[in-house]
This record gives sequence, structure tokens and C-alpha cells, in this order.
Amino acid sequence: MAKVNIKIEGHDYQVDAGLTILEAARICGYNIPSLCAFNNGKCSRASCRACLVEVKGARGLVASCVYPVNEGMEITISSQKAVEARRASVELILSNHHKNCLQCEKNGHCELLEVSKMVGARDHMYEGSQTPATIDTLAPGIIRDTSKCILCGRCIERCKEAQGISILGFENRGFNTIVSPIENRSFANSPCMQCGQCVNVCPTGALMEHSEIDKVDAAMKAGKKVIVQTAPAVRAAIAEEFGEKIGTPGTGKMVAALHRLGFYRVFDTNFAADLTIMEEAHELMERIKNKGVLPQITSCSPGWINYLEYFYRELIPHVSTCKSPHMMMGAIIKTYFAEKHELDPKDIFVVSIMPCTAKKYERQRKEMPNDVDAVLTTRELAKLIKRNGINWNKLPEEEFDNDLLGQYSGAGVIFGVTGGVMEAALRTAYFWLTGKEFGAINFEAVRGLDGVKEATLNINGTELKVAITSGMRNGKVLLDQIKEGKSPYAFVEVMGCPGGCINGGGQPFVKPMFLPNEDLDILDTYKAKRASVLYSEDERQVIRQSHNNKDVQALYKNYLGKPGSELAEKLLHTSYDAHREKFPNKK
Amino acid sequence: MALQSSAIKQITEIVNRYKNEETPLMMILSDIQREYGYIPAEVQELVSMLTGIPVSEIYGVVTFYSFFSLTPKGKYVVGVCLGTACYVKGSQLVLDKFSELLKIKPGETTEDGLFTLDVLRCVGACAIAPAVSINGKVYPMVQVKQVEDIINEYKSKEGK
Amino acid sequence: MVKIANSEQLINKSKSCASCLDAKFNAKDGKRAIVVCGGTGCLSANSKGILAEFEKLIKENHLEGKVTANIVGCFGFCSQGPFVKIFPEQTLYTKVKVEDAKEIFESDIMKGEIVERLLFVDPQTKEKAKKQGDINFYKLQKRDVALKGNAEINPENIEEAIGAGAFLALNKALHMDPQEVIDEVLKSGLRGRGGAGFPTGRKWQFAHDVASDEKYVVCNGDEGDPGAFMDRSIIEGNPINVIEGMMIEGFAIGAKNGYFYIRAEYPVAVERLKNAIKQCEELGLLGDNILGTNFSFRCHIRLGAGAFVCGEETALLNSIEGQRGMPRPRPPFPAVKGLWGKPSVINNVETLANVPFILHHGADEYAKIGTEKSKGTKVFALGGKVNNVGLVEVPMGVTLRQLIFDIGGGIPNNKKFKAIQTGGPSGGCLTEKDLDTPIDYDNLIAAGSMMGSGGAIVMDEDNCMVDVAKFYMTFICDESCGKCSPCRIGTKRCLELLTKITDGKGTMADLDELKNLANVIKSNSLCGLGQTAPNPILSTMASFYDEYLAHIQDKKCPAHVCKSLMQYKILPEKCAGCGMCARNCPANTIIKTDEVPVGKPATLPLRIHRIDPTNCVKCGLCQSNCRFGAIIKD
Repeated sequence: MAKVNIKIEGHDYQVDAGLTILEAARICGYNIPSLCAFNNGKCSRASCRACLVEVKGARGLVASCVYPVNEGMEITISSQKAVEARRASVELILSNHHKNCLQCEKNGHCELLEVSKMVGARDHMYEGSQTPATIDTLAPGIIRDTSKCILCGRCIERCKEAQGISILGFENRGFNTIVSPIENRSFANSPCMQCGQCVNVCPTGALMEHSEIDKVDAAMKAGKKVIVQTAPAVRAAIAEEFGEKIGTPGTGKMVAALHRLGFYRVFDTNFAADLTIMEEAHELMERIKNKGVLPQITSCSPGWINYLEYFYRELIPHVSTCKSPHMMMGAIIKTYFAEKHELDPKDIFVVSIMPCTAKKYERQRKEMPNDVDAVLTTRELAKLIKRNGINWNKLPEEEFDNDLLGQYSGAGVIFGVTGGVMEAALRTAYFWLTGKEFGAINFEAVRGLDGVKEATLNINGTELKVAITSGMRNGKVLLDQIKEGKSPYAFVEVMGCPGGCINGGGQPFVKPMFLPNEDLDILDTYKAKRASVLYSEDERQVIRQSHNNKDVQALYKNYLGKPGSELAEKLLHTSYDAHREKFPNKK
Repeated sequence: MALQSSAIKQITEIVNRYKNEETPLMMILSDIQREYGYIPAEVQELVSMLTGIPVSEIYGVVTFYSFFSLTPKGKYVVGVCLGTACYVKGSQLVLDKFSELLKIKPGETTEDGLFTLDVLRCVGACAIAPAVSINGKVYPMVQVKQVEDIINEYKSKEGK
Repeated sequence: MVKIANSEQLINKSKSCASCLDAKFNAKDGKRAIVVCGGTGCLSANSKGILAEFEKLIKENHLEGKVTANIVGCFGFCSQGPFVKIFPEQTLYTKVKVEDAKEIFESDIMKGEIVERLLFVDPQTKEKAKKQGDINFYKLQKRDVALKGNAEINPENIEEAIGAGAFLALNKALHMDPQEVIDEVLKSGLRGRGGAGFPTGRKWQFAHDVASDEKYVVCNGDEGDPGAFMDRSIIEGNPINVIEGMMIEGFAIGAKNGYFYIRAEYPVAVERLKNAIKQCEELGLLGDNILGTNFSFRCHIRLGAGAFVCGEETALLNSIEGQRGMPRPRPPFPAVKGLWGKPSVINNVETLANVPFILHHGADEYAKIGTEKSKGTKVFALGGKVNNVGLVEVPMGVTLRQLIFDIGGGIPNNKKFKAIQTGGPSGGCLTEKDLDTPIDYDNLIAAGSMMGSGGAIVMDEDNCMVDVAKFYMTFICDESCGKCSPCRIGTKRCLELLTKITDGKGTMADLDELKNLANVIKSNSLCGLGQTAPNPILSTMASFYDEYLAHIQDKKCPAHVCKSLMQYKILPEKCAGCGMCARNCPANTIIKTDEVPVGKPATLPLRIHRIDPTNCVKCGLCQSNCRFGAIIKD
């Protein structure tokens, strides 16, 4: 890579050619504030004007997020002119922003607040009218508040890039511009997956998850038996909320915190993940045996299910009827667990801690409205922990409750990563077919299908081709292939979020400006770091296959019978809506 | 609100007109606006389906440009020019008078669907400022006191 | 039509068409030619009806073959239109109505007798002008560069354009090296006529130097400045000239396709351009292997849809690409990465209209016109408080005084000149002290304004400059694309402050904030629209600070424009007591006093009237209805 010599603030540096001033400055140790740029320096909008710097010889101030460095460039960041200009840009943005920072859920992770501090924004500047605001709280998963939107456009790009459905777009012109689904509809009345990828990139409180902490508080107050379960991906990231580096496992401390929050039981959703594998692998075996609809597609990602119902309803017969793990857990808690403990299911309140915002929608689907009573994101859990005064650093390592639903296998753990469900299911399917335990599986990229990986298994002489994909923009090509009847696969795993649940819409925000101790390329490496937490945990397990989970075996033996039984069908399976309207007649 | 099959046919024909052009969205929308009269969400969804352009992008384009309308325009579109040359000759007062008599703001359409009031940006008829254009017919040097008569001219056509 | 396959055929065609034109305009065999102005102003006064009338009369009198009648482009003297010109005598009839066509025909065409009453009368000398050249309005102009062909040739007939020399410049260019063509344009000193004045040759050079399989020429016809209609008139009057300019540029930079982006508000221009392109294609002058060379070129038209910001070159590109018209950050510049990611040059219509002249007559000849740093001519749309509102083309270096008073005929109604606004919403006001400034790019910037695209609005003592700043800011707020915060939010705040001031609620602190905001928007905005939006404010504050102070400190509008700060008053000494004002008052706020008007008997029911300001809505109906001039603005 060619290098260029530049001067920043009078000091000489040598950086790669082709970098923007913002990127180069960061590498050399200068943090230029910016709001619309997301990935380290690469920005196509240059609209916030918070990153203005002086470049010798240039006509006027320059937006450092787009301006490329060249040989001999002399950059000044701290001149009075540049400092005041950046401050003015931010103050103008603030003048059209609903400043209820004290109550705003984003406080602590708000990039606008942080940048305001950086530039020294003053109060009451440029006061005047506000763009008419829309506050959309209709959708269970995510909410939108345009009074806080700074029109950076990141969410629009993210939805397009990750899911390819472009739910959000700019509307109107000039001062009246807002970001919204068409006709300024609610997310609930447009084909939004509620995956929350947009929430993850929003620099302000304009997009957030729909908080359900108050529901949990109310249940506690009413004296219900509040049982909590946590998804695998949560433990891979929760420590980040307390200042730990990305990739630090948080399982033990998380359980300890949950114990101190007053929950009746603290369970691991991984138990149910194993259960899901039993049902799903059974379903796959049946389909293969009876020449049923193939490929079978996984169903544990509600973001994907939303996408399915809106855009690919003809593929519904392919999708497994298994509920997602936490929903299965809720169903089992309110029946099996309740019975064994002689509890009235109405007194039980199930809370799922999930990396996901779509699960807030999932838990109230008409097909299964009673399994889970509230879903909190990883971020909400962290809030709860802090609110209750618990000091994360001083927590001991504790274990999940071992009470009928305690055991889990490594297969359940890896659900949180793309490819995890597939691998878990194959471990069990392979065993059932061959009687032998499965080895490692190697996924390779599929040529011609960007974003799809495949693998081929040889089971007793038969070839079984499987594929995985995450993020619907990647997944669409795979789905089209299935739709056209040209799919060579028997089993397909689809995850709504790129990278899988570790990158879900409810996970801790990864914003470089709040992560000074991480490497500059953290946005490129965080997914792998979180995934490694789960893979390591999987490797540490004694039991690594769902079918070897003793509590699951007991559940079947003592209650459900066998996978696919009538009771199992009733409690653990669901159906999908082939008539879901993309734009129902509401606003 | 589903589109009628005649509308679907019309829109599809318009989209096909430009199938050999690069990024033809503006041309498609211009023709739809002119021939169908307006571009509501249902039409946008159809265009999205036919072109592959996400409907949110189409909506963003329709709401950005003044010429594109989500709602049908009135039978008579009254355009009062507020170009500088007309403005300095008092066209704002003419616009205000139209607004007052028709009881609508610029951009809006009367309830009976007869009149839409629009602000024009220079038709290049500066010598006859202030200029008012109604469905293409240009009224030169319009005074405030003429506004009522002009409105009545069209109302009488409708038998009002 | 037979295709023109090579240079030789073009030269021959050119010669034959030229002699046809000559035969038409300089007929010595008794044939007559009638041309009717088809510029927008005249079209609005039904010049098409006048043409139809002549066509009917020609038929009725069986004079086909002896008398021709057709439409031509804008004469420019819009306040005196519609125009009818008769050849070979070159008699110019002004303010013609449809009813007059018969008289002109019977008198002039049939009997050779000029219809004196329809000739232009100079308001000063009271002399009648038979020909265009006799009229003061035209004397200082040079209308044969950008406006070449306007008011002469039929813009709907390519043969007339060819007869007037079209494609000879292209022919010359095609036999040069592309770099030579660029050098010629550089040498000519041509600067962008869209407003910024960037050297055109340099833009072409950038695109020429980038290696690419595909390049584009884009013509910016999104003339959005309110009060500007230069580009429209150029396209309507001689579209072939602009096409030729575009083709020469395409050859020079290595492009095979050219895109015209024309505002949707210009349907006539679009039609004429479409027609012209079609005729070029039919003659083989657009398409493959033009004039038998390796050069292939095609023209396309894309329409705007009502967004001023699409006049900004990168917003224009986004609009062609089917997106919201929001500008792109630069770098990369369009010359490197433009339309659909390919190297593109965006030039204004008028810029392109200058190119054939430069190639045909040579850069040196072109450079003889104009000033040292601003060569050539500039087309202005002169409007506002000036007698001769219309379209003018003058060599650079003509002074503002000459433009306003000699060409423009001065301020009507004996009012006093106050300012001339150039550059539209991006420009500033020039005042009395600037009147002797020779018009060129750098002088106008030094004087606090800019050339702009050519809109020039004259203002008199009855215009309030604070109101003018508010007008422009209202326009900008409406047209701001909303992408970047300084423009989106800053201009809104400026408008709110200006509204506060014109409502009589302004404070001195507001004035400071206004100035500060203006500077922030100027330095922080992403594109030219935002960067120049504060100019009207800064310019009027600089030249008319006392007016701002009057609004703020005295709560008065010296020009009596700002409604909250002025009041209609009935002068008792002039009031005739007729009560006309009260009868027409929509707010019922005019009171009949007990006083008898001066010189009237008390027995008559005439009484002096008085306006009660409490409910007055400042509509001005009373003033316009008063036949005694008794009502003034205070």
C-alpha cells in the first residue's frame, strides 16, 4: 500500500494513501468528532458537518470524513476557525433536537451527547421552531422518535445493507425532512422485521428498543413468580456493558447478577435450545424419510420469520414448525415445571433476556401469546443491574439454577452464532442416523451466492448438503433459489441478523467513540470476538450434544414422550401467517 | 386500497416505456404524475414491484420533488408565480388573496376538488409580472382586485 | 430528409440553406417573410394566435409560396411584446394583438404600407423606430453569441439553423485533435455561465485526462433562480446551437452520450429540444460516425420535477440517477466520478451556447469581446422595477448603469433606483455606488454580489431590503434539500429571525445572531446552495444596515412594505369623502368621521374617512380603490 506524508497539527506522519482525513487522524491519534460517519471514517454522506477541519490550500473548511489524504497535505484540527465551526454545526443540530437527556434511554451511549461534550456545545443556541415530530411506539420491538433524529442516514443504509428491505427512507424536503417507513407509518404497519439493526447504528435516541422493564417491575411488585432465562448470545456480550473488553465472557457474573435481582429461578435458554434441536432434528429426519418438503429451514430467528411472512410466504411449508428456544422454554415452564412444583401457571411470569428486539414481537404473536411474558434485551438487563445498585466487578461466578431445566450442552451454546443452530442440529441428526458422534463441521463459502456458506456431510454413504446464511440481504439469493425449486440443500439455517444473534438488535452498542481501549478496527472484529466466547464455552462443556442433555432426556421420558409427540406438537410447535399484510390499512 | 386493473395496466405501460433507460425513475414518475394525476402509495408499490426499486426510496423521491403529488390535484391548478420579478411587483398579495378566497393554503386543494393552489417558481414571463397560470392559461399582470373575478370565471364553468 | 454523411455534404447543405435564408430575409423578388416572437412572454400574450391568424390570411389570399410565417425565439424586449417582424424590410411591430394581424397583413404585406401605430415609440425622444437596431434597448447589446439565432431562425426547422451556420463549428472541431479543441476553449477564456464562473476549458481538461470506457456530457438546464429565463430562451430560440456545443464538448472529452437536464416547468423548451434532436438524428448529425468521422454521439433528455437544488451539479446527477436531489460530497469530483460513476462534465446551457462561436470564429475572436478576466458576452434576464423588462445579451464590461438605464430604460414611475440583485438567492444587492462597475465575474464578487446565472432584478425606493432578504430566505428554506444541518436548520433560523424583525419584534441581539448564523451557514454547508444562501442577508445588511436598524429600533419599515410596521392612512386634506374605501374594506375598519371634506358643502353626504388601524389587515384595497390619491402608506 502506497504511503503519503502528511502533517497534522504541525506534526509529520506517514499514512496509507486512500484514507480519509478522519481515518488517518484517528490512526495518528487525533479524534475528530463525527456523527454521520459510522464505520471508522468511511462515510458517504458528509451531512452532519461536525468533522470540519482546515486543510492548507483548500477553499474553505473540509469535511474530514470524505476528504482523502494526499502527499504533502497539511491538516489543522484545533484552529479557532475549525473548532468554532464544528461547535456551530453541533449546536445547530441540538437546536432542532428534543433535549430530554436526563430521561432519555440512550443517555450513556448517545453519540450526540458525547460529541456535544467534545465540541463544547453551549446551551440555548439558535433556538427556534422544531421539525414536527413523530413518536412511534406501536411496534413491540422497536420505537422511533423523530424529535431526536439528526438525519444522519445510518439506519437507512443499515437496513438496506443488512436486510435489503429498505424499510426506512427520507421523506419530505428541507426542514421537514424525517426518516421513516413510507407514509410515516409505524414499524408495526410496514414490512419491518423489527430486527433492530437500525437501532444498533443510531447515534441518538431516535431509534431504541421498546422497553419492557416496567412489565417486569410490575410482575415483581404483584408477587408473581418471575422466572428469567437468558439466551447464549447475551453472555457473550453483557460484560461489555460494564466496561469489559469485547470478547470477555460474562456467564458467571450474569447469573450472579440475576440471582441478586430477585428472580424466582434463573434458567439458561440453552436448555431449550437443546430441546429445539431434538424437535427440529426429528422433524428433519421425518421429512427426509417421508420425502417431505425440503430443504427444511430453521425457525428460531423471529426477525427471519417476519421476513418470511412478508416477502416469502410461499416458502412457509419449508420452515420448521419448531418454536424458538425461549418460547419453548416458556411453554415448558408454564406446564411441566409448574406441574412439578405445583404452581399455578397464572402466577408465573417468564422473562427472556435476549440479544434481540424481534423477540419482543415474537412473544406476543397470536399463535403463542402466553409462553413468554416479557423480553428484555441485553442492554435492558444491564440497565436493571445498574439500577439495582449491583457492582458487576465485585460479582462472583455463579451457576444457573439446576431445577428440572438446568442442564445444557455445548450445542445449545453455539445457537448464538451464525452456523450454530446448523451445527447443533447436525450433531444430533448425525448421531441418530449413524449412532456415532459428529466431528467438526467446515463451512465454506458458496460460489456465486455471496453471504451464504455451505457444507456437505457424508452420512452412511448419503450426501447431505446444508447451507447457512445470516442477514436477509445475504439470504435472499438462497431463498430465491429455494423458491425456484433449484435448491441442492436439505437443511438451511437462516438468521435474521448478519453474523447471527451475537450481533442482534438488542446487544450492547459497539461505537468506537465509547470504546477507547479497543483497537481501531473493532467494528470489523467484534463479531468474531463475541462468537469466540460461545465457541470456547461450547468446547469447555462436558456434554456437547443436545441429545445427551440429561434434563432434556428426563423431560421427554417423564412428560413429552418423544420428539414429535402430540404433546410436543402442542407445546413446542407453532404455525405461520400466510396472509400477513405488508401495509395494513392503518398508519 | 388495491389498484383497479385499468390503473395497473396504465402504470405498467408507463414503466415499460423506459425499460431501456438507465435509472428511469424520474421519467416514470413524471409520466405517472401527468397521466394518472398523482402518485399514491399503492402506485408506488406497483412501480417498486416492477422496477425493483425499494418503495421507501420511491416515496422519498415523490415527497422530495414539488411536482410529484401524493393526492390528486384539483381540476384547476392555480399557479401564482413568486419569482423575484413577480414578487417585487406584488405577487405575494395576489397569492394571499387566492388563498383567502379559496380558503386553502398553497399546496392544498379545495374540498370540492375544484382548485389546487400552487406557488410557481418563475415561468419566465417576467414582463407580464405578476403572472398567474391556471391549467396552462397565463393571466398577465394580475391585480389583487382581479382575483375574485378569475375564480368566478372557473366557478361559473362548473355551474356554481 | 437526406442524411448528411460527410463534411463535404455538410458544407454544401450549409451553403444551400444559407442561400434559402438569404432569399427569405433579403428577398429581392417581392417575397415576404413574417416572423412572430415565440418567447414565453409573448406566448402568454397569445403570439401563437397571431401566427395562426397570419397563416389563415396567407391561405385565404392564396399567397403560399410568396409569403411565409413562422415562430422565432425570444426578441428579448419582453415589455413590448408580442413582436412581429417583416422581412426584407426588417420592420418591427410591437405590442401586437391578434386583431392587429389582419391590419398588418392587409396594409404591410398586401400594400407595402407600414402600420405606424404598431411601431415602437421611444419614451424619451418620442421617435418611432422602424427597425430593431433603431431601438435603444438593442443598441448596447451583442445578441449573436449565446442568443445567436434567436428572433431570426425558426427553432423548429433545422434547415434554418444550418443556414445560419449550425454544425460548421462541429465540423471544424472534428478535424482537430480533442486536446486542440480544449486548448481553444481554454484560450477563449470562457467561464461557466451557471454562476460560479469556473474556467470551462479546465473542467473539460479534467474529464479528458481521466481514462474511462464511458464518459458523459451533462447540460444543466435546471434554471431555478426565480426571475431567470435565459437558458429557457436559448433552448426555445435555437436548440441546435446548444446541441452543437454539447457535441463539441463530447468530442473534446471523449464522451458518446450527452444528457440534457431541463426543469419540468419548461415544457416548450423540452418540446423544441426533443424536436431538434429528432431532426439531427434524421440528418445523421446525431448517431454513429457523424460527418463520416469516428465520432458517435447521442443526446438524451431528462426532466427535473420542481427542485431548485437540482441546479447544483451533483444533486442534478443524483436526480438523473432517480434519487432525491441531494448533493454529493466532493471529492470525488464529477470529472472523475460523475453520472453513474463515470467521468462527467456538467455545463450550463448558456456556456454550451457559447462554444460553437468559439470554434467557428476562433478563440482570439471570442477573447476580443469582454474584459480581461471575463471574456465573451452574458445573457441577463432583466426584471423588476425597470422599464424594459426582458432578455438582454451584453459583452462583459458593460456597466450596471448602462444595463439598467440605457438598455433597461430606467426606473418606471419616476421612482428612485435602490438596488439591483444579481445571482438570485445566491447573490447580493448592488447599489448606487456600484452603478459604474463594469460587469464581470470578479468585479461583481468584489462588489459584494456575484454574476449568477443572469437574473438581474432592479429594485426601487418602494422595495424593503429586509423584506427582500426574507423573500430569498423563504425561497431557500423551501428549496433546501435538508441533507446537511447548517443549511437545513440554519436557514430556517435565519428566516425566523428575519420574520421576527419584519414583524417588528426584532432586537439588536437578533441582528448579531443573524450575522453569526449567516457566516456559519456559509462556511459549514455541504454544497453551493447552502454556502451562498446567506449572501442576500449579508449583502443587504452591509448596504442597507440603516433599514435593519429602522425595523428594530424604530419599529418602522422605511419602504412601507412590512405589514406589521406600516399602516395605511387617509390624508384628510385629500379625502373627497366618497366612502369608496369603506365600502370595499374587507375588515370593516374604515370609519366615517363627522368632518366635511375641504371644499365640499356639508349638505352633501360626503364625510372624511379614517382608517382604524386595530382591525386593518393591510390588504391595500382602500388605496387601490381611491381615485383621489388620498390614501398613503405610513
